[in-house]
Amino acid sequence: MFNLFLLQLLNGAQFGILLFLVAAGLTLVFGIMDFINLAHGVLYMIGGYVMAALSAATGNFWLSLALVLPVTLAVGLVLELLVFRRLYDRSHLDQVLATFGLVLVLSELVKILWGAAPLSVAMPEALAGSIPLAGLMRYPVYRIAVIGAGLGVALALWFVIARTRVGMLLRAGAANRAMVSALGVDINRLFMLVFAAGAMLAGFAGAIVSPILSVDPGMGDSILILTFVVIVIGGVGSVKGAFLAALLVGIVDTMGRMFGPILLKSLMEPAAAAQAGRTIAPMLVYILMAAVLFWRPSGLFGRSVAR
Amino acid sequence: MTAMPPRLRAALAIFALLALVPPLAHWIGQPFLIVIATRMVVFAIAALSLDLILGYGAMVSFGHAAYLGIGAYAVAVLSRAGVTDLTLHLLAAIGAAGIFALVTGAISLRTRGVYFIMITLAFGQMAYFFFVSFSALGGDDGTALAARSTVLGQDWLRSEPGLFYATLGLLVLIFAGLYRLTLSRFGRVLSGTRESALRMQAVGFRPFPYQLTAYVISGCLCAVAGVMLANQSAYVSPSYMSWHRSGELIVMLVLGGIGSLTGAIAGALATVALEEGLAKYSEHWRLGFGLILVLVALAAPGGIAGLIRRLKGAPA
Amino acid sequence: MSAPLLQVRNLSKSYAALKVTDDVSLDVHPGEIHAIIGPNGAGKTTLIAQLSGQLRPDSGHVHYMGQDITRLPMAARVRMGLARSFQLTTLLPGFTALENVAIAVQAREGSSFRFFRAAASERALNDQAMDALRDVGLNSRATQLAGSLSHGEKRQLELAVALATRPRLLLLDEPLAGTGHEEATLLIALFARLRSRVTMMLIEHDMDAVFRLADRVSVLVYGRIIASGTPAEMRADAAVRAAYLGEEEG
Ligand SMILES: Nc1ncnc2c1ncn2[C@@H]1O[C@H](COP(=O)(O)OP(=O)(O)O)[C@@H](O)[C@H]1O
Ligand SMILES: [Mg+2]
Repeated sequence: MFNLFLLQLLNGAQFGILLFLVAAGLTLVFGIMDFINLAHGVLYMIGGYVMAALSAATGNFWLSLALVLPVTLAVGLVLELLVFRRLYDRSHLDQVLATFGLVLVLSELVKILWGAAPLSVAMPEALAGSIPLAGLMRYPVYRIAVIGAGLGVALALWFVIARTRVGMLLRAGAANRAMVSALGVDINRLFMLVFAAGAMLAGFAGAIVSPILSVDPGMGDSILILTFVVIVIGGVGSVKGAFLAALLVGIVDTMGRMFGPILLKSLMEPAAAAQAGRTIAPMLVYILMAAVLFWRPSGLFGRSVAR
Repeated sequence: MTAMPPRLRAALAIFALLALVPPLAHWIGQPFLIVIATRMVVFAIAALSLDLILGYGAMVSFGHAAYLGIGAYAVAVLSRAGVTDLTLHLLAAIGAAGIFALVTGAISLRTRGVYFIMITLAFGQMAYFFFVSFSALGGDDGTALAARSTVLGQDWLRSEPGLFYATLGLLVLIFAGLYRLTLSRFGRVLSGTRESALRMQAVGFRPFPYQLTAYVISGCLCAVAGVMLANQSAYVSPSYMSWHRSGELIVMLVLGGIGSLTGAIAGALATVALEEGLAKYSEHWRLGFGLILVLVALAAPGGIAGLIRRLKGAPA
Repeated sequence: MSAPLLQVRNLSKSYAALKVTDDVSLDVHPGEIHAIIGPNGAGKTTLIAQLSGQLRPDSGHVHYMGQDITRLPMAARVRMGLARSFQLTTLLPGFTALENVAIAVQAREGSSFRFFRAAASERALNDQAMDALRDVGLNSRATQLAGSLSHGEKRQLELAVALATRPRLLLLDEPLAGTGHEEATLLIALFARLRSRVTMMLIEHDMDAVFRLADRVSVLVYGRIIASGTPAEMRADAAVRAAYLGEEEG
């Protein structure tokens, strides 16, 4: 039982790390530009597809992964230039309309290019094995590598945000947007940078998850909504909040599906417990989010909205 | 009495044109057009209901499709229990939606801005996953309805024109009610909270009860659309309440222009027409549809209503 | 002397290290016009925000008509007759001038959970709103959208809305700022007429108006009341001259 617990904890952490990679860029976009971007999940999906296409063409995991970064960065830049930049000072509704449209366009393009059937990406040789965890239980090396990579990115992000000039501007911008422009900073360049970096991180997440999950046109959708949950729980604009919330959501979601029914069985008869568990488990993160917002209407690390 | 406001005249013209669809469809030998028109009217009701809170109350709900689903499942559950009467279906849908809206609205209204959008999305997802895991009603796959609802024990809704006119009647009724409501004392307070919540407090109004009431009314009306949607497709599934649907409702509203009621109707009609029209040409119709949405957002703020205002030369 | 209508005791509020309201105590008696003067940034607007319920004080108490209202929401205070005007106008820009006032009448007359009858056709609302507009000299602009009024007209409308709530105590935050000479004269005459009906707390930079209207003047500097007395006493007070009148703007 303890082993199972440990295993699920690791799985939850790994899922949470992925959520963080996607959420990090989006929370800054939300916080600094007050911009609702429904198309962020699509970038995750594009990362997956580009990875699948490249690794099929080159047969080399590492080369493909290295190429995914500039490609998704470029996609982010192009989208910013063509669409997002024109929407910063527009209402949330116009932003929803445009980015909802982008979701449709890009998902359909992906379907046209690669078809609707799921694609798979081969695990790299070096990370294919598993290591002993506790007792007889083993854990895949690749998943540990994903956790490690995510932690590395988180650390790098922390360094950029806490120690560099750009990071200082980002923090100032998340707290008070007017202030950044008042500092005489070229705000458009900053926005572009955040967007492109966010797109690259989401693409990276989509690429490294591709050997574990299959790559399919719906993958962006499911992660997008959970990313929103993460951002809102963490507090819009807070990367630290996004990190903690991502781990929380990843672990709660994974553990809930596994242990919810087991816990319920001690309370009610097995059949009812199984049904109730199946019902409640996928709702758990949303219940968590509603509860957090009930007590803290601006998330864990968000600015309180003066009212 | 002053002249009839343009938005009222436009709505009446739309209703009149819609009423002509069944005979025209028969005349040109394309009866399936009635089915499409029914869908248009169903989504017009849903978009209207959303306009009350989004357009008049500045509450951007990203989970409104939940009420569409609640209405649809009310039909499915009651039909299984042998209750086929439309009035009872409507009452059950409105009751269930009202309770869900009251609870989730009271919690959601503690938040503002992006947080409100996201918490309504979360409640929408909760409803979605609740029905996904509801295996008695088909779970993920949904469930087919044995027959359409009955009216006074008669199966008038079985024919497509019958269902169409019943739905159109509901649309006209709901439009008329909301039109009056937006001009009433209550409507004024609601629009006032949209313009400035602080000002409303400074003259003695607590916005919350008015916002919550509007939220509940909106949810109940959207459930009516859900009842008619279930009847139209003879089928009920959780996909009615996916976040895509909620996004689509917002899209309809923004496309038509918010806060005029007529714009909501026009936006719903245009959206369904676009989807159905493009789908005839290519299986990849979403590409074109998405492009249109992006272009409208970039080039035509205010949607159809904004376009008409600009054509008339008034500032948008 | 009658019991004070408004009693403020030891009110304090800080933003981080900045004490915006520093242990403020003052009384406003029924029928008087109590002026608060002080340089920009002294904390006058913040004080009004706390008295009106827009902001929570960190500590201290506010009593109104003998009742502790420190934690009462703004809307409840307004219904008790404690109204305010805003320094930065917060009108409903998409409503006409008349509608802006009518909504204030509606707030105190009858329920607003009425869903059917058109509010625009309610004579009682329109007539009273029109009266308030006439009081401030804005009746000719009744059908204009508030957002399209000039800056001075917005100030007048702001006042009409506050009056339409039928206040017993009116907190006025620089009501003359931005009005032209003619409107200012009209408004000063209005305050003089109103004083028999409405008690006022007046924040104003126009010293002529203050010394003409006020029964009492309190001087607020860096969040503290440094002096309080009759206009004549304040004119004579050396500390006041140094802190404020010396740098009086024209
Ligand atoms: N929300 C706030 N956060 C931080 N400081 C504030 C805030 N509101 C006001 N202040 C500061 O409090 C002080 C008093 O402001 P205010 O009450 O508007 O002064 P006055 O109305 O006398 O000109 C000013 O220094 C102002 O910068
Ligand atoms: Mg001030």
